[in-house]
Amino acid sequence: MNDSDAVAQAGLRPASTVPEAPGRSWRLSGDFLFHQAAVLAASLAAAALFATVIAITIDSWTSIQVFGVWGFLKSSEWNPVTQTFGALPFIIGTLVSSAIALFFAVPVSFGIAVFIAEIAPSWIKKPIAGAVELLAGIPSIVYGMWGLLVFAPVFANMEPWISNTFGEIPGIGALFQGPPMGIGMLAAGIILAIMILPYISSIMRDVFLIVPSSLRESAYAMGCTTWEVAWHITLPYTRSAVIGGIFLGLGRALGETMAVTFVIGNSNMFSTSLLMPGATIPSVLANEFTEATTKLYVSSLIYLGLILIAITLVVRFLAVLLIRRLSRGEGAST
Amino acid sequence: MRELLKKDLGRFSKNVGRRMLVGAGMTLACAFGCTVAAYAASSITGAGSTWVYPLVAKWSAAYQAKTGIQVNYQSIGSGGGIAQIKAGTVAFGASDMPLKPEELRAAGLIQFPTAVAGEDLVYNIPGINALQLVLSGPVVADIYLGKVKKWNDPEIAKLNPGVKLPSMYITVVHRSDGSGTTFTFCDYLSKVSPEWKEKVGESTSVAWPTGVGGKGNEGVASYVERIRGSIGYVEYAYIVENHLADARMMNRDGKIVAPSLKGFQDASAHVDWTKAQDFYVILPYQPGPDTWPIAGCTWQILRKNAPKASNLTVMKFFDWGFEHGQQMATSIAFGPLPPSTVNAIKAYWKSELGYGL
Repeated sequence: MNDSDAVAQAGLRPASTVPEAPGRSWRLSGDFLFHQAAVLAASLAAAALFATVIAITIDSWTSIQVFGVWGFLKSSEWNPVTQTFGALPFIIGTLVSSAIALFFAVPVSFGIAVFIAEIAPSWIKKPIAGAVELLAGIPSIVYGMWGLLVFAPVFANMEPWISNTFGEIPGIGALFQGPPMGIGMLAAGIILAIMILPYISSIMRDVFLIVPSSLRESAYAMGCTTWEVAWHITLPYTRSAVIGGIFLGLGRALGETMAVTFVIGNSNMFSTSLLMPGATIPSVLANEFTEATTKLYVSSLIYLGLILIAITLVVRFLAVLLIRRLSRGEGAST
Repeated sequence: MRELLKKDLGRFSKNVGRRMLVGAGMTLACAFGCTVAAYAASSITGAGSTWVYPLVAKWSAAYQAKTGIQVNYQSIGSGGGIAQIKAGTVAFGASDMPLKPEELRAAGLIQFPTAVAGEDLVYNIPGINALQLVLSGPVVADIYLGKVKKWNDPEIAKLNPGVKLPSMYITVVHRSDGSGTTFTFCDYLSKVSPEWKEKVGESTSVAWPTGVGGKGNEGVASYVERIRGSIGYVEYAYIVENHLADARMMNRDGKIVAPSLKGFQDASAHVDWTKAQDFYVILPYQPGPDTWPIAGCTWQILRKNAPKASNLTVMKFFDWGFEHGQQMATSIAFGPLPPSTVNAIKAYWKSELGYGL
């Protein structure tokens, strides 16, 4: 912009709205500062992650040297007395409790989202959505206490029914054997399901609401039922976002600590039954860190933390892969 | 989702704000505290065992009211306490498991006992009241090994003639978190059962052969309350406070005793503290007709090369507690140390540090 342009512009406007002439240094430096601040903010987050991973790796080095990687992953012995440590029961506990949580949370979230997007009259949408989202605001220790003091006794009364009904089925019967204690892998999975419900359902609901109404309405006009619209129109249209939401919930379930510690029963022993106690990586960290006295013990606990980070990364990676594959499929079919 | 995010963001920024405030406050407090500590030893910091926390808290409140010297104790767990005193970040550490004399030497530390306490087994058997059930060490070990599976097992029935024991499965409850309570309990079982010693052993957390784990005394107690046919071990102070159904035990002399402060103190009276090097004594399973078999202790740890003023402040505090804090200790089910032990501790300070009170 040259001077005459600026003068011409200034002449056209009231004096109060005359902009600072372009090229003024304060304006550039403001942009510059903002740019730098944004870069700094982004790199701080990345640096924090890398620093954490490096620090954790250094602290777990003692244990890595003693037990190795594969040896630690496949050993199921966790014995502070003999100082032998293995991660397998906790890895399996973490994966199984999170899988149970998804098993319950995904269908219920889908139901909530379809109800809000397709079925509910408008006056009830907000209160229901609000109630579900409030679940996300409850601290996890409260879920733990509630799980132990309220849910577990009720669940203990239901467990004989569960083991009588499902325990006889060949194949999966072994999953439902054991004394009715109200705590254990299944109880932990159910509590986790309640905790991750708001994350999955609110993402589902938001993306269901942005499905173009022309699509939905044409389906209804063709005589589709609500179920058919939800399953054949809404879900395929929003598939990648829905999967993203599910993995967000899964990520939260994998790392949940206090609530799980309260209800999972904290046993380092393997059990095929979901009604029996187990342990997860976060729960064993919460339980044993304070009284871990030897260097190898502390190092092995930190090593478990490193494995949890690795599991989370793998889960993220799988999510990205799945979404990519699905969107490629979508491109091919349309 | 957007609303959720907004809410989360709001909470987040509020939290961050609060945290920053707290952080700033803590920095200020630390700066202030450190300055004060540097000029006059009117405040000392200790960290460690959660077990001894109620006692130290009680003593320090009374001590501050009397002398103006503030004792800050952080109950971060024995492991943390040992690490902190080794690093020299606190004036004293507290551990429920004594350090071996050679480990003390290597790290330049000394240790002395504080008070004795006990623990007992609690149970949930329909129709059986508090103190009605009698157990012995080997039976408890077999229950915790998973060998005795039912309440009407002949091993238990033999100890309880006339008690109608149900044919009910036993659910074993143990601590899930590392704990001095677990160390004392497992140490007892190791002494009464060779099989336990060989298969499980003793530590602040062990590889349990069976059972479910509750977090803290309250976790164990609530599992026992909830699960019919369960058994668990908790601190005596917690049993008294919550009126739990606890067992009587057969002690080393073959006598059946109920848990009591006197029983804990008898256990410590049968130990010759004056002879044990660095007070490395473990209290469970001591002889004596009234001795309670599952008694434990907490040790305070000092650094030999810490500033003399700092060590003296700690020593003065505990000496005051030994002398004037006995009433406070018994009120929360801790047994004070006998005078002979206190004298031995004073002599130990003098010989190890080169200065005494």
